[in-house]
Amino acid sequence: MEIPYTVTPRPDTGLANPKLGIWLFLASEVMLFGGLFAGYIFMRLGAEPWMWPHGWLNVPVGTFNTFVLIASSVTVILSWEALKMRNYKAFKVWLAITWICGLLFLGVKLGYEWPAKFNHFGAYVKKEAAEKYEAQLGNDGEDGRLARNLPPRLFISGHPKSWADVKNPAVKEIVLVAVDEENNTPKSTEHDRAHFIPTPMAHLHEGHEIVLQKADLLPSFGPFYPRLNTYLACYFMITGLHGLHVLGGVIVLFYFWGPGSKMYRTNPVQLSNRIEVVGLFWHLVDLVWIFVFPIFYLL
Amino acid sequence: MAHVAETHAPEAHGPADHAHEHYDPGFWRKWVFTTDHKMIGIQYAVTGLAFLFFGFGLMMVMRWSIAHGSQPLPGWLGGLMHSIFGDSVFTKEVEPTTKAFLGWSLSTQGYNIFGAMHGTIMVFFGIVPIAFAGFANFVLPLQIGAVDMAFPRINMASFWSFFISCVIMVWSFFVEGSAAKSGWTNYPPLSGVADSGPAIHHIFNGGTLWLLGMVFNITSSLLGSINFITTVVQLRAPGMTWGRLPFFVWAQFITAYLLLLAFPPLESAAIMNLFDRVFGSSFFMPTGLVVNAMGSDGQPLLFSGGGSPILWQHLFWFLAHPEVYVLILPGIGMVTEIIACNSRKPIWGYKSMVGALFVLAFLSFIVWAHHMYMTGMGPKVSAFFQTTTIIISIPSVILLTALLLSLWGGSLRFNTPMLFATAFLPMFGIGGLTGIPLAFNAVDLYMHDTYYIIAHFHYIVAPGTIFAIFAGVYHWYPKASGRMMNEVLGKLHFWGSLICINALFMPMFLQGMAGVHRRWWDGGNAAYAATVQPVLHWNQTISQAAWALGLVQLIFVFNFCWSLFFGRKVPNDNPWGATTLEWDTPTPPPHGNFIKPIHVYRGPYEYSVPGADKDFTPQSEPPTAHTAPAVPGGIPAHA
Repeated sequence: MEIPYTVTPRPDTGLANPKLGIWLFLASEVMLFGGLFAGYIFMRLGAEPWMWPHGWLNVPVGTFNTFVLIASSVTVILSWEALKMRNYKAFKVWLAITWICGLLFLGVKLGYEWPAKFNHFGAYVKKEAAEKYEAQLGNDGEDGRLARNLPPRLFISGHPKSWADVKNPAVKEIVLVAVDEENNTPKSTEHDRAHFIPTPMAHLHEGHEIVLQKADLLPSFGPFYPRLNTYLACYFMITGLHGLHVLGGVIVLFYFWGPGSKMYRTNPVQLSNRIEVVGLFWHLVDLVWIFVFPIFYLL
Repeated sequence: MAHVAETHAPEAHGPADHAHEHYDPGFWRKWVFTTDHKMIGIQYAVTGLAFLFFGFGLMMVMRWSIAHGSQPLPGWLGGLMHSIFGDSVFTKEVEPTTKAFLGWSLSTQGYNIFGAMHGTIMVFFGIVPIAFAGFANFVLPLQIGAVDMAFPRINMASFWSFFISCVIMVWSFFVEGSAAKSGWTNYPPLSGVADSGPAIHHIFNGGTLWLLGMVFNITSSLLGSINFITTVVQLRAPGMTWGRLPFFVWAQFITAYLLLLAFPPLESAAIMNLFDRVFGSSFFMPTGLVVNAMGSDGQPLLFSGGGSPILWQHLFWFLAHPEVYVLILPGIGMVTEIIACNSRKPIWGYKSMVGALFVLAFLSFIVWAHHMYMTGMGPKVSAFFQTTTIIISIPSVILLTALLLSLWGGSLRFNTPMLFATAFLPMFGIGGLTGIPLAFNAVDLYMHDTYYIIAHFHYIVAPGTIFAIFAGVYHWYPKASGRMMNEVLGKLHFWGSLICINALFMPMFLQGMAGVHRRWWDGGNAAYAATVQPVLHWNQTISQAAWALGLVQLIFVFNFCWSLFFGRKVPNDNPWGATTLEWDTPTPPPHGNFIKPIHVYRGPYEYSVPGADKDFTPQSEPPTAHTAPAVPGGIPAHA
């Protein structure tokens, strides 16, 4: 028994089964990410202006990753084309570049972008306690943020002296040994807008430690985890799920580059169909990123 | 009987004249890890039937609590239940003065658990796996003349993904704190904070396992729906044009689209809820949420806030309204086949019915917020959703009317499948018509979450879809097993079910209109007796009807198992004299389905064609002078 039209298109529909299957899968993926983006829109519309951060992510790094992914989308097409022309060597080269680009993307994400969040401390000061931290927040006075019609700043971030103190509920205060530039010179007009490249942290001298009372903070304080605010929740969820798609794509591409490429000798037509199908999936991964990049890095 | 394909007998011919290979993959690949669509269909249907009875069992225990409050369950049953489900679900009842042991009763928490799991299991683990995955897997490839599904291995992956989700859901009963208790709709913020606390495992708890189970379930239905759509588009036999597709195939095809496009938003919502539960994010957790439980002592919970519980409702109902049509369309498809076959007459208005399916499917995506009138979305949004909801009743009525008119003038043959199929029509009608008042915001504000809505949607899915499922089981059982189910037991099963199920759901309309709320664990006896006293006596009647209905189903279980070994053997490959292609196969169909080349020459319902030598003309029968298709590509015009 053999399933018809697995390789050659059915004459009246003009499609082979896998191609229709992958398009249907992509349709459902669009609905999946559509749901997630709907969540992003809801979260952003519902967030207080001082709650939704801007300029936390490194735009040049994100741009680099965007180009890596777009480039890999081009090379997967070149690889498919080479296979169609029965140019096995070029096929292998282009496909290798494709999955290496995928790995590079994941490397930047998991090696630099995510870990930078995990060892950074952030906390929202409760509105009623904001006065106590005026030196870090810079809301009041003639040159304060409120006078300049900016939303209040209630966020303090930096590096704590001891992570154990942050996590231990018995310890009532958190000592920061370094704060981010926004909190160091909070009234500088430099910080009215988000930065294209986040400014490096300015370390305070010893003896200038800042002490935060936990009772003054919203309870979500801690590392830049999804619980800190809904921006990070959306960020980790959407980039995480997108990252899983990249990982899945890399595995499949690697398989067709390595053991799967043996099919070239027996059935090159089917192999090129397979490359076409995984290529379609790879384009979706690329396309999703093209939405992810602006909504988290730029807007 | 030249129209009946001869039963294939391997011993009757020598190996030399084998035009087809014999398929013997060994025990595991044949019965367990199979890629054969028929076996996968049976696996789905049997698993689904088991869950259907499990879910019904949960409800029967709940009905005890509703009828008798905290009185202990009778005798050994309470002990058995407690030993299975444990202390979080069953409470020990003792005599207040003497402290004598009285028995075990369902706790209030246990009532919530059983209620949540009843809904979840019935919808996602009972009806969809049987009516969609089970029947479509078995029947659909046969009806379009395909050798198998387009992606047999993905088909197997779909079943095993479903199986994992089943295991997770059942397992969740046995973790600390027991299974999910936030209702089948899993509304936050309750679903974000339930099943948490010092004694509860961070991940392996009822609420989180519910979400994980749903993720596997959704993956399974995604794989299945891709497979069905591709199969219908690509693997139709020569001559099987779109206009000649049996209506069952159309219904399943449209259902697959609904699942494909409606389920992913729920998956994204499930991922968000998972983030809330596991990583403490605030997608659905509003600012300043205070919950006086779980050890938080009325303190604001440790969430950053800024989330929106309404977002869950939007994403959930964006799935769950199309899901309603996922539940009913396969049922309508089966009923259509059975009515056409047993009225010996073409379906009235085949094209309008197919058109109605398309309209229904499209509209089902833009009516979801009629489940959310109580959220205060505002009159403008409500007005939109009221309008679309009323419009969607038009295609539903077209389907029902066409099926009713199909009976008119037919020579009806009331065997068991036909009894269930005809009973489906008024039951679905009652369920549908009682839904119309609910479409209006003003009425819904009063009816919301009462037994009226319970009765309304149960009339659609219980005597509606489940009757259709029974009709389908009785109808296709001979094809799957080679034996007929017992007619006498079948009729007993039918009449018992019909009477009990109406005694069960009809009084609920009265209770609901009087204001009885769906989540009162003791049926309203304790706290609300003053307001709903006149209708509370129905609680006992309804419960007794439910238990009687449970007993009647044992007839079906017995009949199903007994007929497998001792049922009457099918007299030929086409015992009902049906026209569609699945009856052109040997019984039961071998791997690869057809043993002769299949070509389709005519529409699906050519019954009683004038001038033909018999009262049905199979789709695969070539045209002759007498049996030329009366209308090209379709339905013979009736004189």
